Amino acid sequence: MTELLQQVVDGLGRGGIYALIALGIAVIFGVMHLVNFAHGELITVSAYTAYALFVAGWNWWLIAPAVVVTAGLTSVVIEFVAFRWVRGAPDFTMLMTSFGVHFLVQAAFVMYVSANFRQFPRPGWIFETWKVGGVSLEVFDLLVILFTLLTLGATYWVLHRTMFGMSLRAAAEDFDAARLMGIRSDRIIRGAFALSGLLAGVAAVFWLMRSGQAGPTAGLSPMLKGVLAALIGGLGSLSGAVLGGVVLGLAEVFLISYLPESLVGLTDGIVFLFIAFLFVFRPQGLITVRRAERV
Amino acid sequence: MLEVESLTTRYGAIAAIREVGLTVRAGEVVCLIGPNGAGKTTLLSTIAGLLKSSSGQISLGGNDITDWAPDRILRSGLALVPEHRRIFADLTVNENLMVGGVTKTSNKRAELLNQVVELFPVLGSKLGTSAGYLSGGEAQQLAIGRAMMAEPQLLLLDEPTLGLAPLLADVVFDLIGTLRTAGLTLLVVEQSARRILEVADRGYVMRSGEVVVSGLADDLLARQDLFDTYLGRNDDSA
Repeated sequence: MTELLQQVVDGLGRGGIYALIALGIAVIFGVMHLVNFAHGELITVSAYTAYALFVAGWNWWLIAPAVVVTAGLTSVVIEFVAFRWVRGAPDFTMLMTSFGVHFLVQAAFVMYVSANFRQFPRPGWIFETWKVGGVSLEVFDLLVILFTLLTLGATYWVLHRTMFGMSLRAAAEDFDAARLMGIRSDRIIRGAFALSGLLAGVAAVFWLMRSGQAGPTAGLSPMLKGVLAALIGGLGSLSGAVLGGVVLGLAEVFLISYLPESLVGLTDGIVFLFIAFLFVFRPQGLITVRRAERV
Repeated sequence: MLEVESLTTRYGAIAAIREVGLTVRAGEVVCLIGPNGAGKTTLLSTIAGLLKSSSGQISLGGNDITDWAPDRILRSGLALVPEHRRIFADLTVNENLMVGGVTKTSNKRAELLNQVVELFPVLGSKLGTSAGYLSGGEAQQLAIGRAMMAEPQLLLLDEPTLGLAPLLADVVFDLIGTLRTAGLTLLVVEQSARRILEVADRGYVMRSGEVVVSGLADDLLARQDLFDTYLGRNDDSA
């Protein structure tokens, strides 16, 4: 029982990060019908920002908010520079644009910074543990769970209690009908990218606290996990994205715990198999999304 | 109030409407009737800014609004209640109405919400209900109420009785009468030709993307040849 509780806490810690990334991906998918493979670049840019600020002598308390703001701004800039031009284009064109941004950002860091990963110190205190009833609670996991809940709460509030949030949800359900209500597509799309970027920024803080490195491909793994989580939950469903992230985090931790040591390296592959199996029975993911055709 | 001149809209190489002209004067109820595929919905969608025109001009209150973005057209006083209502099913009734008033200040939205609830009491009792759970008639009232939150001078209704049971269709026709009494100018696309002509001032008959006949509603109602040729002998409301 203690072991199970331990794994649940670890899984929630891991899944919380995935949930935040997946939620950002779901927000963009809802409004633009785009699986944004450039979402990981927000974490790449965040990683280099964290590295640069460390070099400049900043500590994690200052770096964390700076990373969140940087990710939010980067997201808006990417929309302005790349996606603005392909709005209303076929889904495939937007998908290719997201791949283009993904590879361009990677190439830019390789060319102008380095292909090698740069290390920066992780905050030591986050790896301290508290023993509660036989369960070792790592400060990091507790922080992730706490901030994920706070971020999800704030996101829920924005989406349900503000005009921007209601407009965003309306646009995600039926973009044309939302435009007929007077919702400005420019503002709503830019707002969606900003929100998505801020969520990625919060996720990036924790991802970087754990990894402690910046490299051209730093965002690849979190992006893939986020896309997977969004797929599991039901692409475009915001609550599904959160659920998908948690399910993915728990699945990974359970697999790592129960697989024979020689097979632990196959964790990701086995997770993919599980997801393929899930899609046989629920191709729409865990949560079904109502959606009208977009322009 | 609304002037459409020589309007053509294409889907690729195919012209869905060709050289269409129509006028709606302030305070009028004008209907647009014709068989399926006549281009009625395309015409409304082009006027509301959802589709780009290939040629022609649309003026609202003397301003050229041709190919403006839908939100700009709405701010100019023209709202469209689209075909199939297209309410936001995942949002509550209250949220749908709030989104309808997105162009207004919060105080104005609250004031308009009261007016809409007064006009459609059933919505008032279901403000917290998810719109996806409304019946067809309630959903239609919500779609119209949502458009009214923008305080339009001209309301375009696209097939407001589509998919509704006859009893609920009656409610919608009563509603059109109520809106007219409230001083709203209406352009209505409707399949039930006789029913809409009975409440309209004037009508336009479309076929294959063109306006083929237009005139006073009473005159059109009296023309049996029109129903025989363009609207079908068995118009459902006959």
